[in-house]
Amino acid sequence: MNVVALKVPAVQGERSWWQRHKWLLLRRTSQLSILGLFLLGPWFGLWLVKGNLSSSLTLDVLPLTDPYVTLQVLLSGHLPLAAALTGAVIVSVFYLLVGGRIYCSWVCPVNMVTDAAHWLRERLGIRSTQSFSRNIRYWLLAATLVLSVVTGTLAWELVNPVSLAHRGLIYSMGLGWAVMIAIFLLDLLISRRAWCSHLCPVGAFYSLINRFGLLRIRAARRAACDDCMDCFAVCPEPQVIKPALKGAPKNLTPVIESATCTNCGRCIDVCDKQVFEFGSRFNHSESGVVAMPAAHPREERQ
Amino acid sequence: MKKGGTQGDPARRRFLVDMARTACGAALFGLGVGVYSTTSRALPAEAIRPPGALPETDFQGACVRCGLCVRDCPYDILKLAELGEPVALGTPYFTAREKPCEMCEDIPCVAACPTGALDHGLTDIDDARMGLAVLVDHETCLNYQGLRCDVCYRVCPSIDKAITLELQHNRRSGKHALFIPTVHSDHCTGCGKCERACVLEEAAIKVIPMHLAKGELGHHYRLGWEEKAKAGGSVVTPDVEHRYNLPEGMGYDYEGRGLLQQEPAPAPFGNSALETLNRGRDEAK
Repeated sequence: MNVVALKVPAVQGERSWWQRHKWLLLRRTSQLSILGLFLLGPWFGLWLVKGNLSSSLTLDVLPLTDPYVTLQVLLSGHLPLAAALTGAVIVSVFYLLVGGRIYCSWVCPVNMVTDAAHWLRERLGIRSTQSFSRNIRYWLLAATLVLSVVTGTLAWELVNPVSLAHRGLIYSMGLGWAVMIAIFLLDLLISRRAWCSHLCPVGAFYSLINRFGLLRIRAARRAACDDCMDCFAVCPEPQVIKPALKGAPKNLTPVIESATCTNCGRCIDVCDKQVFEFGSRFNHSESGVVAMPAAHPREERQ
Repeated sequence: MKKGGTQGDPARRRFLVDMARTACGAALFGLGVGVYSTTSRALPAEAIRPPGALPETDFQGACVRCGLCVRDCPYDILKLAELGEPVALGTPYFTAREKPCEMCEDIPCVAACPTGALDHGLTDIDDARMGLAVLVDHETCLNYQGLRCDVCYRVCPSIDKAITLELQHNRRSGKHALFIPTVHSDHCTGCGKCERACVLEEAAIKVIPMHLAKGELGHHYRLGWEEKAKAGGSVVTPDVEHRYNLPEGMGYDYEGRGLLQQEPAPAPFGNSALETLNRGRDEAK
């Protein structure tokens, strides 16, 4: 891809800097404030939230538990107590509403590492031919679940960089920094968007939830698309855009239906024709109206 | 990858090779993590799980590594294992020599656990079995040298139950006693206070995981005296009193009292001279 063209769009100027970075900034705000909520306790003694993304307790009443880790516990042969199960149900319902991979783009701390790696990769113009199948994450997800059954333990949680990163930031990192650097270098040098878009089983799990997610990005004004390719360049999962954006001749819906879409909203930011908007998965209409977010992804934990 | 083999559709061929490659990668990954998980199940002896923790393998299947137990420990004793430590990543533990368990009566760490990796059935902290204190080194323990250190005994939250001082003869001095700290597994919770308090450079008393600290009788073993007490008498053959060749009036109790005088023989002389002189006077009448 042409990095220079990305940085200096031909039609820049019609939309303000804020309009071109709105969702990115909201997303960073969400990631940092969720992390901040968890850090208020250990850093300032304000215990609004205790625990970490695997399981937490908010204001001493609201339990939230990661459904993926809960599934691993169940498969290892242990029935968790009501607190963990309730928490897992709450989190699952939340992600069913807003789309599972909101976790990846709006919550997960590793996303900031891989986004930084991707940014630098584009800046440095690094191109490598190494590529993995995007489906490998589902195989790895299956492997982690099989491991829980076979070993009777949460074997994946012994190495899971996602929970490691969040737990490390809140408790203590130990050698976890090395894992974060490894993921950064993997995404920077070895393969484009290798971790989040190809390998991570956590993301794979949330994309399974996302199959039923209600909040979607829609190419509502796809007729206005001028084929600048900016959205494809910026998207961590570019394969999800094409059916929605270019599907008009085949009578495909303008809703991005692929479960791997992370609802990050960067396509909305970069599109000067304002083709994309947030909307319901059931809204298949094409609007001529300028994009207005139908729903605003709440800054919510997990 | 080779393009277009000699036979078949190249796209199909590529799909199959890709599929096989991905499956192989995932399987290798699973193998690696699986093998690593088996070694991670060996908890180092010095790492002690919080009270109520399930047996190690079950614990590692139930603990989600959220750290809520760590947060609710009022004494900041628990920590989550970091990457690189020999304890399963992210699981809670404490080290007795650094900070022992304070044995809170309401057991907040157990109450905080959302999954039950710490068993909520534990409601009395005295029933906790985090490990077992063992006086591992008789050669350095000061009490074994005949000194009155007693620190482990004094700090024990279950003093005189979990640790008692047992008297022994001091053969070195020949005239003093040894007060041997003795741990009793039916009361020791494994809190580690004794290990923390041991005044030596390296503690002579240490909390050790139950499976290392305790022997276990073969399940078919029966201790005769216990069975006998339960049955209220010999369960094998009826007790036959042993016959000894003993002087007249002597007996022998083979259950411990030893040689007995059944009826004391009358002494040749009484307590007073008058009584001796009067002896037999009544019979003569």
